Amino acid sequence: MRRAIAQEDDPGLVAALCRGDADAFATLVDRHSSAMIRVAMAYVPTRAIAEEVVQETWIAVMRGIDGFEGRSSLKTWIFRILTNVAMRSGARERRSAPFSALAEAEDTGGPSVDPDRFLPADHELFPGHWAIMPARWPTPEEGLLAGETRGVIAAAIAELPLAQRTVIALRDVEGWSSEEVREALEISAGNQRILLHRARSRVRNAIEDYYGAVEEIDYDAVTAELMGDTAKKETDSD
Amino acid sequence: MADQPVHSHADDLACIEVVELVTDYLEGALPAAEARRLEHHLDTCPGCTEYLQQLRTIAGSLRGLTENSFPAEMRDGLIADFRSLRNR
Repeated sequence: MRRAIAQEDDPGLVAALCRGDADAFATLVDRHSSAMIRVAMAYVPTRAIAEEVVQETWIAVMRGIDGFEGRSSLKTWIFRILTNVAMRSGARERRSAPFSALAEAEDTGGPSVDPDRFLPADHELFPGHWAIMPARWPTPEEGLLAGETRGVIAAAIAELPLAQRTVIALRDVEGWSSEEVREALEISAGNQRILLHRARSRVRNAIEDYYGAVEEIDYDAVTAELMGDTAKKETDSD
Repeated sequence: MADQPVHSHADDLACIEVVELVTDYLEGALPAAEARRLEHHLDTCPGCTEYLQQLRTIAGSLRGLTENSFPAEMRDGLIADFRSLRNR
Protein backbone atom coordinates (compact mmCIF):
# COMPACT_ATOMS: atom_id res chain seq x y z
CA MET A 1 0.00 0.00 0.00
CA ARG A 2 1.31 3.39 -0.91
CA ARG A 3 1.65 5.75 1.99
CA ALA A 4 -0.52 8.80 1.73
CA ILE A 5 2.03 11.22 3.16
CA ALA A 6 4.39 12.35 0.45
CA GLN A 7 7.10 13.09 3.01
CA GLU A 8 7.25 9.42 3.93
CA ASP A 9 7.31 8.25 0.36
CA ASP A 10 11.07 7.79 0.31
CA PRO A 11 11.28 5.10 -2.38
CA GLY A 12 9.38 7.23 -4.90
CA LEU A 13 11.42 10.30 -4.11
CA VAL A 14 14.72 8.43 -4.19
CA ALA A 15 13.83 6.89 -7.55
CA ALA A 16 12.99 10.33 -8.91
CA LEU A 17 16.30 11.73 -7.69
CA CYS A 18 18.21 8.85 -9.26
CA ARG A 19 16.39 9.54 -12.55
CA GLY A 20 17.68 13.09 -12.38
CA ASP A 21 14.31 14.70 -11.62
CA ALA A 22 15.28 18.26 -10.66
CA ASP A 23 11.78 19.06 -9.36
CA ALA A 24 12.07 16.22 -6.87
CA PHE A 25 15.43 17.60 -5.77
CA ALA A 26 13.98 21.12 -5.41
CA THR A 27 11.13 19.72 -3.29
CA LEU A 28 13.64 18.06 -1.01
CA VAL A 29 15.78 21.20 -0.70
CA ASP A 30 12.73 23.32 0.14
CA ARG A 31 11.46 20.78 2.63
CA HIS A 32 14.60 20.38 4.71
CA SER A 33 16.93 23.37 4.30
CA SER A 34 15.38 25.48 7.05
CA ALA A 35 15.79 22.72 9.65
CA MET A 36 19.26 21.95 8.29
CA ILE A 37 20.38 25.52 8.96
CA ARG A 38 19.06 25.22 12.51
CA VAL A 39 20.99 22.01 13.13
CA ALA A 40 24.16 23.31 11.43
CA MET A 41 24.05 26.41 13.66
CA ALA A 42 24.62 24.11 16.65
CA TYR A 43 28.04 23.21 15.24
CA VAL A 44 29.39 26.31 13.53
CA PRO A 45 29.75 29.87 14.73
CA THR A 46 27.90 31.87 12.09
CA ARG A 47 24.80 31.75 9.97
CA ALA A 48 26.89 32.20 6.80
CA ILE A 49 28.99 29.13 7.61
CA ALA A 50 25.82 27.18 8.46
CA GLU A 51 24.46 28.01 5.00
CA GLU A 52 27.68 26.76 3.43
CA VAL A 53 27.37 23.56 5.43
CA VAL A 54 23.86 23.07 4.09
CA GLN A 55 25.04 23.75 0.55
CA GLU A 56 27.89 21.25 0.91
CA THR A 57 25.45 18.68 2.31
CA TRP A 58 23.13 19.00 -0.69
CA ILE A 59 26.06 18.52 -3.03
CA ALA A 60 26.96 15.34 -1.12
CA VAL A 61 23.33 14.21 -1.34
CA MET A 62 23.11 14.67 -5.12
CA ARG A 63 26.41 12.82 -5.57
CA GLY A 64 25.61 10.06 -3.11
CA ILE A 65 21.92 9.35 -3.71
CA ASP A 66 22.68 6.27 -5.83
CA GLY A 67 24.33 4.74 -2.79
CA PHE A 68 21.36 5.38 -0.48
CA GLU A 69 20.12 1.95 0.56
CA GLY A 70 17.02 2.92 2.50
CA ARG A 71 18.24 1.43 5.76
CA SER A 72 17.23 4.67 7.48
CA SER A 73 14.74 7.26 6.27
CA LEU A 74 16.00 9.63 3.59
CA LYS A 75 15.64 12.49 6.07
CA THR A 76 17.80 10.72 8.67
CA TRP A 77 20.40 9.97 6.01
CA ILE A 78 20.52 13.61 4.89
CA PHE A 79 20.85 14.90 8.44
CA ARG A 80 23.61 12.39 9.18
CA ILE A 81 25.56 13.80 6.25
CA LEU A 82 24.80 17.30 7.49
CA THR A 83 26.13 16.52 10.96
CA ASN A 84 29.36 15.13 9.51
CA VAL A 85 29.87 18.14 7.27
CA ALA A 86 29.03 20.51 10.14
CA MET A 87 31.42 18.75 12.53
CA ARG A 88 34.24 18.99 9.98
CA SER A 89 33.46 22.60 9.36
CA GLY A 90 33.21 23.27 13.09
CA ALA A 91 36.63 21.69 13.57
CA ARG A 92 38.09 24.16 11.07
CA GLU A 93 36.49 26.91 13.12
CA ARG A 94 37.86 25.31 16.28
CA ARG A 95 34.40 24.60 17.52
CA SER A 96 33.68 20.96 17.16
CA ALA A 97 31.75 18.87 19.61
CA PRO A 98 28.89 16.45 19.27
CA PHE A 99 25.50 17.92 20.04
CA SER A 100 25.25 15.82 23.20
CA ALA A 101 28.33 17.60 24.62
CA LEU A 102 26.80 20.97 23.82
CA ALA A 103 23.60 19.90 25.54
CA GLU A 104 25.47 18.70 28.62
CA ALA A 105 27.31 21.99 28.94
CA GLU A 106 24.02 23.88 29.13
CA ASP A 107 22.41 24.51 32.45
CA THR A 108 19.19 22.53 32.53
CA GLY A 109 19.07 21.90 36.25
CA GLY A 110 17.26 24.96 37.56
CA PRO A 111 13.56 25.16 38.32
CA SER A 112 11.11 25.71 35.44
CA VAL A 113 9.09 28.22 37.45
CA ASP A 114 10.36 30.75 39.98
CA PRO A 115 10.18 28.95 43.37
CA ASP A 116 8.72 32.14 44.88
CA ARG A 117 5.55 31.37 42.99
CA PHE A 118 4.93 28.42 45.34
CA LEU A 119 4.17 28.15 49.04
CA PRO A 120 7.13 26.97 51.16
CA ALA A 121 7.81 23.27 51.68
CA ASP A 122 6.97 23.60 55.37
CA HIS A 123 3.58 25.18 54.74
CA GLU A 124 1.07 23.57 57.06
CA LEU A 125 -1.64 22.73 54.53
CA PHE A 126 -0.38 23.34 51.00
CA PRO A 127 3.38 22.78 50.85
CA GLY A 128 4.77 23.42 47.38
CA HIS A 129 1.42 24.49 45.94
CA TRP A 130 0.85 27.61 43.87
CA ALA A 131 1.00 30.84 45.83
CA ILE A 132 0.52 32.82 42.63
CA MET A 133 -1.24 30.83 39.94
CA PRO A 134 -0.66 31.04 36.22
CA ALA A 135 -3.40 33.12 34.64
CA ARG A 136 -5.38 32.10 31.60
CA TRP A 137 -3.86 33.28 28.33
CA PRO A 138 -5.78 34.25 25.25
CA THR A 139 -6.13 31.22 23.00
CA PRO A 140 -4.40 31.18 19.61
CA GLU A 141 -7.84 32.08 18.18
CA GLU A 142 -8.05 35.04 20.54
CA GLY A 143 -4.71 36.28 19.33
CA LEU A 144 -2.09 34.52 21.44
CA LEU A 145 0.24 34.44 18.47
CA ALA A 146 -0.83 37.72 16.95
CA GLY A 147 1.61 40.53 16.21
CA GLU A 148 3.51 41.56 19.28
CA THR A 149 3.22 38.25 21.15
CA ARG A 150 4.74 36.51 18.16
CA GLY A 151 7.74 38.78 18.50
CA VAL A 152 7.97 38.06 22.24
CA ILE A 153 7.98 34.32 21.59
CA ALA A 154 10.50 34.57 18.75
CA ALA A 155 12.79 36.67 20.96
CA ALA A 156 12.47 34.18 23.82
CA ILE A 157 13.47 31.35 21.49
CA ALA A 158 16.38 33.36 20.10
CA GLU A 159 17.69 33.94 23.63
CA LEU A 160 17.65 30.26 24.57
CA PRO A 161 20.95 28.44 24.95
CA LEU A 162 21.89 26.77 21.68
CA ALA A 163 20.96 23.13 22.41
CA GLN A 164 17.56 24.09 23.85
CA ARG A 165 16.91 26.46 20.97
CA THR A 166 17.74 23.77 18.43
CA VAL A 167 15.44 21.21 20.04
CA ILE A 168 12.42 23.52 20.41
CA ALA A 169 12.94 24.83 16.86
CA LEU A 170 12.95 21.32 15.41
CA ARG A 171 10.09 20.00 17.53
CA ASP A 172 7.71 22.95 17.73
CA VAL A 173 8.65 25.29 14.88
CA GLU A 174 9.57 22.66 12.26
CA GLY A 175 7.13 20.08 13.63
CA TRP A 176 9.49 17.12 13.91
CA SER A 177 8.73 14.08 16.07
CA SER A 178 10.82 13.38 19.17
CA GLU A 179 12.27 10.35 17.40
CA GLU A 180 13.45 12.43 14.44
CA VAL A 181 15.08 14.97 16.74
CA ARG A 182 16.80 12.24 18.70
CA GLU A 183 18.19 10.65 15.56
CA ALA A 184 19.32 13.85 13.88
CA LEU A 185 21.03 15.22 16.99
CA GLU A 186 22.18 11.85 18.32
CA ILE A 187 20.87 12.41 21.82
CA SER A 188 18.96 10.16 24.19
CA ALA A 189 15.18 10.33 24.57
CA GLY A 190 15.66 11.62 28.12
CA ASN A 191 18.01 14.38 27.01
CA GLN A 192 15.67 15.42 24.25
CA ARG A 193 12.85 15.79 26.76
CA ILE A 194 14.98 17.72 29.26
CA LEU A 195 16.06 20.21 26.60
CA LEU A 196 12.51 20.53 25.27
CA HIS A 197 11.07 21.00 28.75
CA ARG A 198 13.61 23.63 29.63
CA ALA A 199 13.04 25.47 26.35
CA ARG A 200 9.23 25.40 26.51
CA SER A 201 9.31 26.48 30.16
CA ARG A 202 11.43 29.51 29.33
CA VAL A 203 9.17 30.44 26.45
CA ARG A 204 6.19 30.10 28.79
CA ASN A 205 7.85 32.39 31.34
CA ALA A 206 8.51 34.97 28.64
CA ILE A 207 4.87 34.93 27.51
CA GLU A 208 3.75 35.20 31.12
CA ASP A 209 6.07 38.15 31.72
CA TYR A 210 4.59 39.78 28.66
CA TYR A 211 1.01 39.36 29.73
CA GLY A 212 2.04 40.20 33.27
CA ALA A 213 -1.07 38.49 34.46
CA VAL A 214 -0.99 36.21 37.45
CA GLU A 215 -3.71 35.40 39.88
CA GLU A 216 -3.04 35.52 43.58
CA ILE A 217 -4.74 32.73 45.45
CA ASP A 218 -6.40 33.65 48.70
CA TYR A 219 -5.22 30.60 50.65
CA ASP A 220 -6.60 31.96 53.90
CA ALA A 221 -10.06 31.84 52.40
CA VAL A 222 -9.47 28.33 51.01
CA THR A 223 -8.18 27.19 54.39
CA ALA A 224 -11.08 28.79 56.24
CA GLU A 225 -13.46 27.04 53.89
CA LEU A 226 -11.77 23.69 54.40
CA MET A 227 -11.72 24.17 58.15
CA GLY A 228 -15.35 25.16 57.98
CA ASP A 229 -16.12 21.96 56.07
CA THR A 230 -14.24 19.89 58.62
CA ALA A 231 -15.91 21.64 61.52
CA LYS A 232 -19.26 21.18 59.83
CA LYS A 233 -18.60 17.46 59.30
CA GLU A 234 -17.63 17.07 62.95
CA THR A 235 -20.79 18.87 64.02
CA ASP A 236 -22.84 16.72 61.64
CA SER A 237 -21.40 13.49 63.01
CA ASP A 238 -21.99 14.52 66.62
CA MET B 1 -18.40 15.72 46.32
CA ALA B 2 -18.50 19.32 47.37
CA ASP B 3 -16.76 18.82 50.68
CA GLN B 4 -13.86 16.75 49.34
CA PRO B 5 -10.62 18.24 50.65
CA VAL B 6 -8.63 19.97 47.92
CA HIS B 7 -5.16 18.52 48.51
CA SER B 8 -5.18 16.16 51.40
CA HIS B 9 -3.56 12.98 50.06
CA ALA B 10 -0.20 12.24 51.58
CA ASP B 11 1.11 10.94 48.25
CA ASP B 12 -0.31 13.81 46.23
CA LEU B 13 2.15 15.70 44.09
CA ALA B 14 2.89 19.30 44.93
CA CYS B 15 2.46 21.89 42.18
CA ILE B 16 6.18 22.66 42.31
CA GLU B 17 6.80 19.01 41.32
CA VAL B 18 4.06 18.92 38.71
CA VAL B 19 5.55 21.77 36.68
CA GLU B 20 8.70 19.68 36.18
CA LEU B 21 6.74 16.64 34.95
CA VAL B 22 4.43 18.18 32.37
CA THR B 23 6.71 17.71 29.35
CA ASP B 24 7.32 14.06 30.21
CA TYR B 25 3.56 13.74 30.60
CA LEU B 26 2.78 15.40 27.26
CA GLU B 27 5.46 13.24 25.60
CA GLY B 28 3.85 10.10 26.99
CA ALA B 29 7.07 9.30 28.84
CA LEU B 30 5.74 9.10 32.38
CA PRO B 31 5.27 5.62 33.86
CA ALA B 32 1.55 4.81 34.10
CA ALA B 33 1.39 5.11 37.89
CA GLU B 34 3.12 8.48 37.81
CA ALA B 35 0.82 9.72 35.04
CA ARG B 36 -2.20 8.71 37.15
CA ARG B 37 -0.80 10.61 40.14
CA LEU B 38 -0.37 13.67 37.96
CA GLU B 39 -3.88 13.38 36.53
CA HIS B 40 -5.24 12.95 40.03
CA HIS B 41 -3.51 16.20 40.99
CA LEU B 42 -4.87 17.98 37.92
CA ASP B 43 -8.41 16.95 38.86
CA THR B 44 -8.33 19.30 41.81
CA CYS B 45 -5.73 21.90 40.84
CA PRO B 46 -6.79 24.72 38.49
CA GLY B 47 -3.29 26.26 38.61
CA CYS B 48 -1.55 23.17 37.28
CA THR B 49 -4.36 22.54 34.81
CA GLU B 50 -3.74 26.01 33.40
CA TYR B 51 0.01 25.43 33.41
CA LEU B 52 -0.38 22.20 31.44
CA GLN B 53 -2.68 23.99 29.01
CA GLN B 54 -0.09 26.73 28.50
CA LEU B 55 2.65 24.23 27.65
CA ARG B 56 0.25 22.44 25.31
CA THR B 57 -0.48 25.74 23.62
CA ILE B 58 3.22 26.45 23.20
CA ALA B 59 3.85 22.96 21.84
CA GLY B 60 1.01 23.29 19.38
CA SER B 61 1.24 26.81 18.05
CA LEU B 62 4.82 27.61 17.13
CA ARG B 63 4.75 25.99 13.69
CA GLY B 64 6.48 28.23 11.18
CA LEU B 65 6.95 30.96 13.82
CA THR B 66 10.42 31.91 12.73
CA GLU B 67 11.56 31.94 9.15
CA ASN B 68 14.84 30.33 8.46
CA SER B 69 14.97 30.42 4.75
CA PHE B 70 17.86 29.16 2.75
CA PRO B 71 19.16 31.91 0.43
CA ALA B 72 17.35 31.71 -2.91
CA GLU B 73 20.52 32.05 -4.97
CA MET B 74 22.11 29.10 -3.13
CA ARG B 75 18.95 27.05 -3.66
CA ASP B 76 18.76 27.85 -7.37
CA GLY B 77 22.48 27.21 -7.76
CA LEU B 78 22.08 23.76 -6.18
CA ILE B 79 19.21 22.86 -8.46
CA ALA B 80 21.28 23.90 -11.48
CA ASP B 81 24.17 21.80 -10.12
CA PHE B 82 21.80 18.86 -9.76
CA ARG B 83 20.64 19.22 -13.35
CA SER B 84 24.12 19.29 -14.78
CA LEU B 85 25.40 16.49 -12.54
CA ARG B 86 22.50 14.06 -13.05
CA ASN B 87 21.85 14.72 -16.73
CA ARG B 88 25.31 14.18 -18.03
